[in-house]
Amino acid sequence: MIFGLRDVMAVIPEAIVAGAACLLLLVDFLIAKKRKIIVAALSIAAVAAAAFFSLYLVGTDVMWKKVFAGMFVVDGFSTFFKFVLYLATVLSMMLSFHYVKEEDINTGEYYTLMLFSLSGMMIAASASDLLSIYVAVELMSIPVYVLVGFLQKDARSNEAAMKYVILGAFSSGVLLYGISFIYGITGTTELSAVAGALADPSMHTPALSIAIIMLVAGFGFKIAGVPFHMWAPDAYEGAPTPITGFMSAGPKAAACAAVLRVFTEGLQPAYSRWVVIVAIVAVLSLVYGNIVAIAQKNIKRMLAYSSIGHVGYALLGLVAGGTEGASSVMYYMAVYAFMNLGAFSIIIMMRKGEQKGEMIEDYTGLAKTRGGMALLMLIFMFSLAGLPPTAGFIGKFYIFMALIHKGMVGLAVIAVLMSAVGAYFYIRIVMLMYMKDPVNPVETASSRGLYYALAIAAAGTILLGVYPGYFIKLAQMAGGSL
Amino acid sequence: MLLNYLPVLLMSGFAAFMAGMILYVSSILSPHHPYREKLTAWECGMEPVGDADTGHFRVHFFIIAILFILFDVETLFLLPWAVVIADKSISLLAYIEMFIFIGVLAVGLVYAWAKGALDWI
Repeated sequence: MIFGLRDVMAVIPEAIVAGAACLLLLVDFLIAKKRKIIVAALSIAAVAAAAFFSLYLVGTDVMWKKVFAGMFVVDGFSTFFKFVLYLATVLSMMLSFHYVKEEDINTGEYYTLMLFSLSGMMIAASASDLLSIYVAVELMSIPVYVLVGFLQKDARSNEAAMKYVILGAFSSGVLLYGISFIYGITGTTELSAVAGALADPSMHTPALSIAIIMLVAGFGFKIAGVPFHMWAPDAYEGAPTPITGFMSAGPKAAACAAVLRVFTEGLQPAYSRWVVIVAIVAVLSLVYGNIVAIAQKNIKRMLAYSSIGHVGYALLGLVAGGTEGASSVMYYMAVYAFMNLGAFSIIIMMRKGEQKGEMIEDYTGLAKTRGGMALLMLIFMFSLAGLPPTAGFIGKFYIFMALIHKGMVGLAVIAVLMSAVGAYFYIRIVMLMYMKDPVNPVETASSRGLYYALAIAAAGTILLGVYPGYFIKLAQMAGGSL
Repeated sequence: MLLNYLPVLLMSGFAAFMAGMILYVSSILSPHHPYREKLTAWECGMEPVGDADTGHFRVHFFIIAILFILFDVETLFLLPWAVVIADKSISLLAYIEMFIFIGVLAVGLVYAWAKGALDWI
């Protein structure tokens, strides 16, 4: 019950982000509408401070031990994910500078809500108790519901927010119900204690299967895996584009972190029970996401389906299990943050004045008029498709290797086939850009934030592709702590 | 074991009895002179037209309702806190914790206030 300095030390990064969000909510009143970029700069500074403390904690004795009576843990796994989350948040904020002016949603709350969401994501990565995981997942989702509906005059945005909030609340209920089953069976919500209780085979009652199904469904909604994906395309299409990028890189990675921790730490003794269910969701996501994406005309919607497909790959890493499986998911999430936010920054660049730039045909002949931009888009599309020498290739390769090492060749074959299907719609955009002549003149936005974000995303996508050794080692070290 | 809950049963019985009695006694004692004008809505003003659920409603009610629920639920947290704070071993920590909690609430209140959510009209 009593906690001390060590416990407080462990949550300093989260406290910085949450505290900064509260403060900035008030500071915002002092800043004129034209200068809301100050709020953005202060938010980025807060994330940087949190990142600094996360790095500082790595060497201290706060690491690896559970604090707050088993509710929270700072380990390599959570630290790795936190850096992915910092990256996703900062990049999304940089993408927003231009976009919020273009859409006239230039308010301070936009950035503070992102900070609130980040604090929830960070706790989700570190939470080691089903209850703190639940609270963290809510804290990360609720600000995103608001952000999705930020384009108040756009009916699509309103619809997206409505769908997202209703299905999100519903899925939270399912998740909580599953948690209550786990508590009923094992008498605890703390993950290592759950694992301890489940080590006894007499615990493996039909109720445990119900609990697992509920947990898979609840988390399935949060990460948008098939058949719990139906909110994703509408929410992704309707949301402000930087928020679409943010959702697909931040909250998704954090929910994956929570899923990994729950299933590989808490429910490891019941592996044989959940592996089939998770594998089914993974395969359905792969097949459905990649095939339906082919038919899309709106690029945001296409990337929504593609992100459903990518969740399938991440879940396959979970199915493979063990250190290798976990670290392959971690690596994949880092790669995905870079390449997906890169693709979204190109889409945001196309948004200028009357030009929405959301249709795939808008990209026709882009290479002739905007060579550099087309080249960057080519890199991101190749990476999303999983072609070497980009990061996406290494990420997929690593997951497939984890599967094959576990003898799950069948799943690996399905995944490879589906990534071939996926390559079709990614490369179709590249073909449109390079092989066709431009139809309409394109205008592109120029903003320093966008350029920096693009540079970081492109550098990450290439670096993680050509020089993956160091980062894979990091992921392995971090994943070993699960 | 079940007998421990007898006071709860007594209390709820007493509450139901009181509620019934108050209604009954007031119906006996109060003057009772209904006539047509008095029975119309609000007793004065315009004749109401249509249903309330299809008519115009101040959107502001919804913000007030949300704020009420937020602060009401959060005030509820103060009650268990007040019970356990007597325990010396955790009192200082609980005290500090609750002030952090109230600080977060205060930020929310100041924000709602400055945004004009508390102004009527």
